[in-house]
Amino acid sequence: MDTPNKPLTQKDFVSDQEVRWCPGCGDYAILAAIQHTLPKLGVTREKTVFVSGIGCSSRFPYYMSTYGFHTIHGRAPAIATGVKLANPELDVWMVTGDGDGLSIGGNHFLHVLRRNVDLQILMFNNRIYGLTKGQYSPTSLVGLKTPSTPLGSLDMPINPCLLALGANGRFVARGIDTSTSTLGDLFVAAHGHRGSSFIEILQNCPVFNDGAWDNVTMRDIASENQLWVEHGKPLLFGKDKRKGLRLAPGGSHVEVVTLGEGGVTEADVAVHDQTNRTLAFLLAQLALPDFPMAFGVLYCDPVPSYDSAVTAQNATAVEKSGAGDIDRLLRGGHTWRVE
Amino acid sequence: MDTPVRSKDADGREILDSVVIRFAGDSGDGMQLAGMQFTQTTAVAGNDLATFPDFPAEIRAPAGTTFGVSGFQIHFASHDVLTPGDEPDVLVAMNPAALKVNLRDVPSGGLIILNTGAFTPQNLKKAGYEKNPLEDGTLDPYRKLEIDVSKLVVAAVEPFGLGTKEALRAKNVWTLGLLYWLFGRDRTPTIEWLKKKFAKRPDIAEANIAALNAGHVYGETAELPTGVAAYKIPKADLPRGHYRNITGNEALAWGLATAGRLAELPVFYGSYPITPASSVLHSLAGLKHYGVTTFQAEDEIAAICSAIGASYAGIIGATATSGPGMALKGEAMGLAIMTELPLVIFDVQRAGPSTGMPTKTEQSDLFQAVWGRNGDAPLVVLAPATPGECFYMAIEAVRLAIKYMTPVIVLSDGYIANGAEPWAIPSFADLPKIPVAFRTDPAGFHPYVRDPETLARNWAKPGTPGLEHRIGGIEKNFASGHISYDPENHQKMTKTRADKVLGVAKDLPLQKVEIGNERGKMVVVGWGSTYGSIHQAVRRARKDGLDVSHVHVRHLWPLPSNLADLLGGFERVLVPELNNGQLVRLLRAEYLIPADPMDKISGMPFRVAELEQEIRVKLAAPLVRNNRLS
Repeated sequence: MDTPNKPLTQKDFVSDQEVRWCPGCGDYAILAAIQHTLPKLGVTREKTVFVSGIGCSSRFPYYMSTYGFHTIHGRAPAIATGVKLANPELDVWMVTGDGDGLSIGGNHFLHVLRRNVDLQILMFNNRIYGLTKGQYSPTSLVGLKTPSTPLGSLDMPINPCLLALGANGRFVARGIDTSTSTLGDLFVAAHGHRGSSFIEILQNCPVFNDGAWDNVTMRDIASENQLWVEHGKPLLFGKDKRKGLRLAPGGSHVEVVTLGEGGVTEADVAVHDQTNRTLAFLLAQLALPDFPMAFGVLYCDPVPSYDSAVTAQNATAVEKSGAGDIDRLLRGGHTWRVE
Repeated sequence: MDTPVRSKDADGREILDSVVIRFAGDSGDGMQLAGMQFTQTTAVAGNDLATFPDFPAEIRAPAGTTFGVSGFQIHFASHDVLTPGDEPDVLVAMNPAALKVNLRDVPSGGLIILNTGAFTPQNLKKAGYEKNPLEDGTLDPYRKLEIDVSKLVVAAVEPFGLGTKEALRAKNVWTLGLLYWLFGRDRTPTIEWLKKKFAKRPDIAEANIAALNAGHVYGETAELPTGVAAYKIPKADLPRGHYRNITGNEALAWGLATAGRLAELPVFYGSYPITPASSVLHSLAGLKHYGVTTFQAEDEIAAICSAIGASYAGIIGATATSGPGMALKGEAMGLAIMTELPLVIFDVQRAGPSTGMPTKTEQSDLFQAVWGRNGDAPLVVLAPATPGECFYMAIEAVRLAIKYMTPVIVLSDGYIANGAEPWAIPSFADLPKIPVAFRTDPAGFHPYVRDPETLARNWAKPGTPGLEHRIGGIEKNFASGHISYDPENHQKMTKTRADKVLGVAKDLPLQKVEIGNERGKMVVVGWGSTYGSIHQAVRRARKDGLDVSHVHVRHLWPLPSNLADLLGGFERVLVPELNNGQLVRLLRAEYLIPADPMDKISGMPFRVAELEQEIRVKLAAPLVRNNRLS
């Protein structure tokens, strides 16, 4: 990345377009967090590209004074892949929602992660379709009443982080829209990871699904219901960090323990290892009411990114065969002359 | 053979002008391989030629059944060859099923080469024969060469210690050897090819060479039945030059790689496998050292979207597919039209709606290409007429896509994709460069600032300082490119997008008459792969003094600027198409002319004879207009 002449500030990443999200939408906080974080990453505006699909979240690129491409429903991963393969020097961020990324774009979501294209993928999860006025989404809970499910939704919801891990995603994290400073930390970590970095961001839709995450995000219960993980640190949560997660004998599941009860000490609490895929699966599926929901970088275990592998393969081909010569190509194989 | 036997040459071979051979056998019998080898050696021998591979969609249908029959037809001559031929002069039938499927196409007196070893009671039953056609008089109208190839090939390869099953695999090569003798072909290219192909199994290579030689020796030494001789087809009088055989799909791939070099830009090719387009991907995947990145996407939509992403990032984005895949790509084409990005789309058409008939040819995606998107969504549509033209059309598509910042569709089809023809190889230095000008100046920059001549917006690629901007599928303001729902602006933008594409006509060559007068009683208007059949039919009709001309449209949208005037000079316009009347409706709609349709929707190309017949019938009929399509 080129170093900009003058250090950029949050303002430099604000575009001249009026932001048109509903008042109180969680997207505002996420936008502010990105605009606040980018200057710290030493990036330039011209090498930064935001690619999005369709939905409220996908209006995001218009509000960034970087390059931006608002594309079609669900297909942002494919377009972002093309951008990154065409020019691996670009820093590509992809913005999607639970509907865009998991419903119509579920297929592409799976493949961009398993290929490990070097992108930061931000999924705003509000468990509802906002732009089409409130139908249930792939992450909506069973029983949700919406215009298309007047008697309650019957579909089992998707857990985006579990899906990302299942698709072989090498960086999987979870954050909260209004928790701006932690969100900024996640953006920094995602940006530092070469490969697909997936962040699920719990986001509130005040119009169609207000309070969908209240049981996790409300300030008074946050400490009990949020487990913030950090590599190398014990998995502690709760008021005064008195609770922890212990790997059950055999390591097949986790259980909540309270320090000081039944002889439990901090040594009994599992330590977060972000390179441990099994642990990541265990953390990603923790759900209320029996467990806190896990936040932070659940998994980060880099392997070479797809775009770097493609670039390397192209370079090897040139090394092996020389820069191709069109005349030689056309004259290869059987040819003959007519005199 | 379409012209009578003229004479014999010094070594006793009968001299022929033109021969059509059809190889037919089980899908596993190696008929395509035999056909391709015969094609190569025929090209080297200096004949002009055209080929038509015709194979089933099943990878391996049950052996011996009629639906597992694979065919390869080659037409070669001492004059110019425009089609693979209406009917085979020589049919090679490797088993009863191949005979059953193909016999109806062989004219009386045609030569049939039969592998009698495959005419077992079991195979006869599988093919649906109640009696053995070799014994019941079915073949009386034909000349026959009945040979137990199975037995002879096993004997020929015996020294190599192969099992019977493996030995029998060389049946096609043995038969090829015999045909090489019959038509005076050099075996060397095939021997070299076998050595290379089986470099890791020299025993197999040697066995095949032995089989090839044994077939040849059989021709030399066996007492051939009356009416069967050795033949010679003199060299064709082709223009001077350096030639090779080329198939349409190869030509598309090479054209795209060449266009990248002419534009001095890398090429990105995103694709999803589909018959009959897949081999474009296979060819390009081998050209990474030419600055080509290939990406096998998870589906058709991802394929085109990745190409759009690449174009947005400032290189040449391209994709290829066939009918059903085109349908899936439609929405993304709309995005490329709305964001005014260059994009190249090859549609190698196949027969029918939905899955249709994947291995059979048709021209029924014309409407889909020209109109098949939501909203008023214009783009450029080109159609090559021959395999060799695919090369130039791929280059033309890239040139127009960049110059006008628009998607361009190249409509090929299964017939051109797999068919081969001798092709005069161009020199890279003779091909015109493709100019590319990226916007770099921030002064007065808006993403939708247009060139006043072409109406193309400027191409500002990410990475350029000062040009940061946002684009997307939502309607945008004419100047700034910002989202706009203003009613007048939408009208203006819709008209501008249409005018931009229509303006491409100024950049196209004027429509020429391929053969015949520029005014007259009848013009036959074709497009795409029907070129050869139409041309030959018009040529024959004109030889008989009929007033008929041939016009072949290679630019389907926009149409050439003089086409309306040109067609207006004829009393009748006949439009033969391998679909249910698409170009004919386009011409009627655009020009309000009473054009007549001629459709063929069988998955097979036109025969010259059926076109010639229709020309005669239409010319003889009184001029009555009811203005309805049949």
